[in-house]
This record gives sequence, C-alpha cells and structure tokens, in this order.
Amino acid sequence: MKRLAKLFLISVVSIFLLVLPLQAAGTIKIGAIFPITGPLATFGTSCANGAKMAIEEVNLRGGVLGSKIELLVEDDQYKPEEAANAAKKLIERDKVVALIAEVTSSVTLVVAPIAQQSKIVLLTPTATNPKVTQVGDYIFRACFIDDFQGEVMANFVYKNLKLKTAAILTAVTSDYSKGLAQFFKQKYTALGGKIVAEESYSEGDSDFRAQLTKIKAAKPEFVYVPGYYADVGPILLQARELGITVPFGGGDGWDSPVLLQTAGKAAEGCFFSNHYSPDSKELVVQTFVKNYQKKYGTTPDALAALAYDAAKLLVDAINRAGSTDSSKIRDALAATKGFRGVTGVITFDANRNPIKSAVIIEIKGGKQVYRATVKP
Amino acid sequence: MRRNLLTLTILILILFLSVLSKNLDPYIYQILVFFGINSILAVSLNLINGFTGQFSIGHAGFMAAGGYFSAALSVYQGEKLLNILSFLPKDLAQGAIFLVFLILGGLFSAILGLIIGIPTLRLKGDYLAIATLGFGEIIRVAILNLDVVGGPRGFPGIPKLTDITWVTFWAFIAVVVIYRIINSSHGRAIISIREDETASESMGINTTYYKVLAFSIGAFFAGIAGGLFAHYLMMLHPSSFTFMRSVEILLMIVLGGLGSITGSIFGAFILTVLPEALRGFAHLRLIIYSLTLIIMMLVRPSGLIGNREISFYRIFKFLRRKGIN
Amino acid sequence: MVDILQQIINGISLGSIYALIALGYTMVYGILRLINFAHGDIFMVGAFIGYFALGSWNLPFALGLVIAMIGASVVGMIIERFAYRPLRTAPRISLLITAIGVSFLLENLMVLIVGASPRSFPQSIPVDIYNIGGLILTNRQIIILLISILLMILLQFIVMRTKIGKAMRAVSQDKEMALMLGINIDSVIAFTFALGSALAAAGGVLVGLYFNKIEPYMGVMPGLKAFVAAVLGGIGIIPGAMLGGFILGIAEILVSAFISSTVRDAVAFIILIIILLVRPSGLLGKYMREKV
Repeated sequence: MKRLAKLFLISVVSIFLLVLPLQAAGTIKIGAIFPITGPLATFGTSCANGAKMAIEEVNLRGGVLGSKIELLVEDDQYKPEEAANAAKKLIERDKVVALIAEVTSSVTLVVAPIAQQSKIVLLTPTATNPKVTQVGDYIFRACFIDDFQGEVMANFVYKNLKLKTAAILTAVTSDYSKGLAQFFKQKYTALGGKIVAEESYSEGDSDFRAQLTKIKAAKPEFVYVPGYYADVGPILLQARELGITVPFGGGDGWDSPVLLQTAGKAAEGCFFSNHYSPDSKELVVQTFVKNYQKKYGTTPDALAALAYDAAKLLVDAINRAGSTDSSKIRDALAATKGFRGVTGVITFDANRNPIKSAVIIEIKGGKQVYRATVKP
Repeated sequence: MRRNLLTLTILILILFLSVLSKNLDPYIYQILVFFGINSILAVSLNLINGFTGQFSIGHAGFMAAGGYFSAALSVYQGEKLLNILSFLPKDLAQGAIFLVFLILGGLFSAILGLIIGIPTLRLKGDYLAIATLGFGEIIRVAILNLDVVGGPRGFPGIPKLTDITWVTFWAFIAVVVIYRIINSSHGRAIISIREDETASESMGINTTYYKVLAFSIGAFFAGIAGGLFAHYLMMLHPSSFTFMRSVEILLMIVLGGLGSITGSIFGAFILTVLPEALRGFAHLRLIIYSLTLIIMMLVRPSGLIGNREISFYRIFKFLRRKGIN
Repeated sequence: MVDILQQIINGISLGSIYALIALGYTMVYGILRLINFAHGDIFMVGAFIGYFALGSWNLPFALGLVIAMIGASVVGMIIERFAYRPLRTAPRISLLITAIGVSFLLENLMVLIVGASPRSFPQSIPVDIYNIGGLILTNRQIIILLISILLMILLQFIVMRTKIGKAMRAVSQDKEMALMLGINIDSVIAFTFALGSALAAAGGVLVGLYFNKIEPYMGVMPGLKAFVAAVLGGIGIIPGAMLGGFILGIAEILVSAFISSTVRDAVAFIILIIILLVRPSGLLGKYMREKV
C-alpha cells in the first residue's frame, strides 16, 4: 500500500511535468498530424516523410524569415479523438503557427473546427471531401476534390479509350474510394456510358474472387477500382487469374511502387489519374523523386508528394506574409498563385481548393508512363 | 463501506468545483473530458468483467451503439424538439433534450446488451469473449453499412453539448449506481457468480438473470459514454470503435484492478494521461500497452490496486500507522 | 450455373486457408483450453520469415517453407515458455488477457521492425491457370488445398498413432493424471505449441504466395476466423477444423457474392454464435457435460 501510494504520487507529478511545454526559442513551429501507427500507418508515414523532407530542405537554405522551422509531427492512430488531442496540444502547448493535418477527410473534419476556432491555418495534403474546406476560411487543401478525379477518369475512359461499359469496385470502408466512384459513375453515365456492375470490398481484405467473378459475368469493357494500392495489387492479380482481361483504372491511390511489385504483369495496360508523373521532365519533380529515393530508399507515392507540397506551400505563405501572425499567413496562403509544386502548378480558388491539372498515367512495361494531362 | 462512497463524492465534487472555478487550459480541459468518459467506460466494464466475472471484450461496440444512436437523435430530431420547447430558456431546453437523448442512447445500448446477453451469457469464459468480440465487430460492420449515420465517411454535424460538467455528472452517476449495486444483495449474488458459478446456481441464485442484468447495466453506461463522446467531438467515425478500443478499456480495468471501482478510475486516468505524456514515443505506445498487459498478468494479475478501494479512510489509517511507527 | 460453381471453387480455396490455420488453433486449444489469440500473429511471423528466406536469400520454395516453420515454432515455444507457462494455474481470464497482449506485441514489434506497408511476396512458384469449361483454377489453389489435406492427415496421424500424440491426448484430458503417469507435461505442451506454430507458418507462407501481399496485421482476421472454423467443426478435433474451414470459406464467398461483401466479416461471427447456441460441441464433437 505504501509503495503503491508513492508510485501513484510520483507518476502523477511526473506526468504533469512531462505535459508542460518545452520551449525552444527562435524557431517557427509548424504542426503535423498523421496516422503514423494503426491501420493507415502506410499513408501517415508517407505524408510525414514528405513533409519532413520539405522542411529539411527549407532549413538547409536558412529557413524562413531568418529563423529555422521546426516540424512537430504527432500521431493520431487514425482515431478522431487522438487527432483532437494532438491538435489541441499543438495549438495550445506548442503554439504552432500552422497545421498540416490528416490523411483522411473524416479525421480532418474533426481537426478542422479546432483549427478554425483558434484561427490557425490548417492545410490538408490529402483530404478530398468538399466539406473539409467548407468548415471555415482557415482551412485549405493541397489535393483535388473527389469529383475532379472521378470525372477526369470517366472522360478519359469514354472519350479517349472509347469504352462504353464499365464496372466499379469500391472500398466501402474508405470515403475517398466512395467519393471517386460516385463522381465517376455520374460523369460516365452522363456521357452515355453504362455501368454494368457495382461491387464493393473492405480495405485490408485479401480475397476478392467473389466480387471479381460477378464482375466477370457482367462483361464490362473497363473496371474502375478507386482504392489504395495495398488492395489494388491483389485485386488485379486475382482478376487476371479469373480471366478478366480488360483494362482497370483508378485514382491517385494507385500511385506507389508497391502496386507495380505486387501486381507485376497484371497491372499492364491499366490507367490511373494522378497529380504528377515521376518521369515528368519538370525540375521540381525530378529533384523531389531523386532526393526522396536517396533519403528513404523508395519511390515516393502521391501522398508523400502532396505532403511535401503542403509544407512548401505553407513556408511560401509564411515568407510572403513576412510574419508568423496567423491571419497574415492565411491571407498569404489564400493569395497563392502559380506555385510550382511537385503535384502541379497550384493556385487557390475562392473556396481554398487548389486549381491544378491532373495527369493520366498508364502502366506499361512495368513502369508508370505519362499518357495525358487534363486541365480543370 | 459508506466511507468509500463519501470519499468518492467528495473527490468528484472537488474536481467539479476546481474545474468550474478556474479557466482551464483547453488542452488540459480536453484531457479531463476524455478521462471522465474513459472512467465511465472502465467502471461499467468492471461491473461485467471484474464483479460478475464474465469476460466481455466488445465494450467498444456498446459505446458505438449508444453514441451513434444519441448523435442521430440530436442531428435529426434536436432542432424539432428545441422548437417545441421554445417556451423554456434555450440553455435549459437544450440541456433537457441532451439529457433525454443521452439516456435514450444508453437505453438503446442496454437493449442491445440484453439481446446479445441472453443467448451469449450461457457461454463460458473464452467462448463468451469471442462472442462479445464478434458482436463488437458486427455492430461496427452495421455502422459501416448505415448511410443514415454516414457509414465509412463518419457522422459529422453533431452539436457540441458535452462539457466537463456533464461528464463529471455522468461519471458520478455511474460510480454511485454501480457502487450501490455491488453493495446490495444483488451485488452479493453477482459476486458469487464470479467466485463460483455452479455453486451460486445451486444456492438458488438465478445466474443468467444476474449476468444479463450486469451486462445490460454495463452496456447502458457504455452507451452514455458514447453519447458524451459523440457530443464532445462533434463527429463520429467507426475507426474510434475498433477492437483496439475494447482492449484499451480492458487494459484500464486490468491495470487498476478487476473488481475495484476506484481502481478502474485510476486505470482510466493512467490510460488517458500517459499516452499524452508519451507523445514523443508514439510509435512505441502500442508495444508498451501490450507489454503492460502481459507483465501485469504475470506479476500482479489483480491490478495495481487489486479489488480494494482507495478511500480517505484507508489513507488516514495508512498515514496514522506510519506516524506511530 | 458456371458462376455458382466458380464461386464455390473460390470458397473452397479460401476455406482451405482457414482450415490450415484452424488446424494449429484446434490443437493448442485442445490441450490448453486457451484461445491463443497470438496464433494468427504467428501465422504472420511465419509469412515474414518465409518472405526473407525466399526473397533475400533466394532459397528454393520448399526450403523457405521449412525455415519459416522452424522459425515460427521457436517463436511459439518462446511465447509458451515466458507468457503462458507461468499462468497455467491462473484463472482463464488472466491467460486470455495475456494472449491478447502477446498478439498485440507481435503485431507492433513487426510494425517496428519492417514497417506497416504491405510487401509483395517472392513469387517462387509461377502461376498456371487451368480453364475447365469456363471454370478457372490455378495451380496455387490446388497446392494449398493439397497441402492442407496432407497436413491434416499428418496431424491426425501424430495425435492418434504416435507416443507423443498419446501423451498430448492424455494431457488434454487430465493434466494431473498425466503428470502422475510420468508424462512430462511441460515438454508435451511445448511440443504442441511448436507443432501448432509450424502449421501456422506454413499457412502464412502459402497465403503470402497466394495473395502476394503480406503485412503485420495480416493475421488478425484470418486468426479469428480460423478460431470460428475450429469451433464450428468441434474444437480439438482435427478433421473438424478442416470441415469448419471449408464451410466458413464457402459461406463467406457465397454471402459476398449474393448478398453483400460488406457483411462478409460479420458472417463468421454470426455462424459462431449460432453454433455455440445450437451445438456448442461443434459439428463433429461429442457433447460433454460440465463437471463441478
């Protein structure tokens, strides 16, 4: 009992000491919240890597406004309540000047009101749901919204590939996947195409034969799978094994070297929409891909590129604002025009969504090959 | 024994007043809110696992059910009811509606607990564990398929009604109700099931009735906790209610002590505050959790506090003894 | 018609994977009465050992499989020695909590070591596709089915016809009695764990090859479902695990084909609850009355 009481006291005191803020003077702090552990760890890690690399590059060139930038990355385990805690901590304790937060739209929708209320700029690299930026005038995003990518692919399939029937395989557990599928379907049917089968799976499944057998029976000319690469790889393999030979397509969730490794030949002749193409001749893209490979040993995926751009966009805004005052950063960020990022030339519209073009990439000879650019 | 209750009341009142009197740092405030919600969850799970000796690992499912139900009421019926009650002052009307919705959420959860409990509580130990785990998953899958509450996209737009007063109030209610049950004749029946189910049945105790009762009350408070959680975050998402969440609640009571109310609260405190303190080591957090579970079972399976209760009486006695020595 | 047959083939190949994991599950449960939550994670550890053996050292497939099985049985014995053995007389709940702890520990250690990203498994056996009147079969599906049947027969032989098998059955019926008869309980249980873990590892490597994707959380769902399969067939009964695996696999595929793929994960648990209520001893089990 005695030891226990002591232990209790010590733990309480030490915990409160630990929670107290540790002040490091002379740096500008930017907070980041990503799911670094848990079911979405892959995406969170990519984002964190991209953002860290961007900030390191900025610091190597002397930082911004004469001081270095410190990036504080917090983990939320893909849980809304953890993200809320992380946001409160970053804003109240660490006094960050801006937040780069969350991979998914759902968790961003928890963090965004907190940032808006504290009047701290929040720039999400990857949350595609239109509702996110509607939270308030301090919320920005660096990626396309759902409808754009879905429509781009529908146009490409119907007009360029001239395929008139399609099947859709959606990840029901992902709002991103559902969003893309919905807008693909709308656009494709509006153009005159026909959706012959709609099937679904849960992220993390490994057996897709039941759904694919049904899709095969519907005989589509094209299959749209707007999922993430971890699931798409096995889907393509199993589809080819079952004898589905038509091209598959998806969104930027396909962009990862892991897809090419898992699917191998099964991915040949498939298409996906993306922000950039790794073999683009643009200098920013070239250096980004080279440096990322050197630092982390893998080719960056779309999430890493978007988080990299998000960090660079923020730094650029702080620089133009000439101060770390959050309303000035907000105004500067909103005024961003023609920013040359890895994921395209970015200008924000009145709703704080970026206006940028998408590219269509074809998988050919085991490589991602640039196929077309689609302007918004 | 009465002293324990008194102690708890005083402790909670102190917390309550200190919170009201000061302008708290929003970060600490939020941690306190989660601490309160976690306490409700831990105390209610302890009624099932610690006192009744059943093994449920699906508590997150009940939290989700109650949370989603009361959130859906608020989102779809809240405005309407507020208009009907427009003759009352707005705060009062809002509070009354929130109270009713929370209780309805809890009742919904309790009814689910009843439906689930009646068939599965015939099962023993590990079968029951898997069955409750299965039900937790089924509830989550059901939510993923319900478009009314957003499915996988999450359920946004829930009004922010929970504050620390509400949480403290409900934590207080949960503690008192469960404390009163445990120290009644029902409680003795419940504990006898834990000690030896066959023996207590042969003593004429209707074990199924008491097991289902404990299960439903536990589910009720889990549902309340879910409702408070929903109306604090203003957004619900199925990822908050995975098996991992059930394990976290389990860890709280294992750490604090199976069969101790104050122990559960202590466990809830550790598991709310420690992860915040350990933010820098986030990637090790889950490893620390799992090692804690294993080591606790090997070294001190009764938890830090065991099945005793912390009370001022005990602390005084302890200090006096120390003074004499 | 072809579609339904194709779906049943899909179901059987999924079922043979569940069966493979369920075999180890049912053995450990038969002896210790412990739901070894970590079984699914040993399956994952086995897949990763196979991944490194085949991918980094470029060993032939059979050799990689054996290394994975040996490695996993070592892991299984270590877990048994340090986490389960000290608790053998403790309440069942303590043991179950420990098992959950071990399961989480294995997953998160693996995340720490290899990262959370999925990896593609070395393709040591190329795919051959057979088309029989519109029905599609691959050589891998046949390999998995054959290996699981083979392992089932082997296990049944070990348990029923060998000395150690006899000792295992004795320990599972009455530990104290077995001890009095001079059976070394510790080594029998350790052997059971080693055997169960080796089976799980074989499953892991085959699943890695079949789905061409491995990641640290790959064992969670298959592990739980394999447990359901074991209960369905009658826990502790080796052919029962096999039968349960096939039934579950086919049920899941048919549900996702004809109802909705989103309720698929719920199917296993619904089956579990029904079987526990209607026939708790499983399809092949005999009813046993509880003794005081």
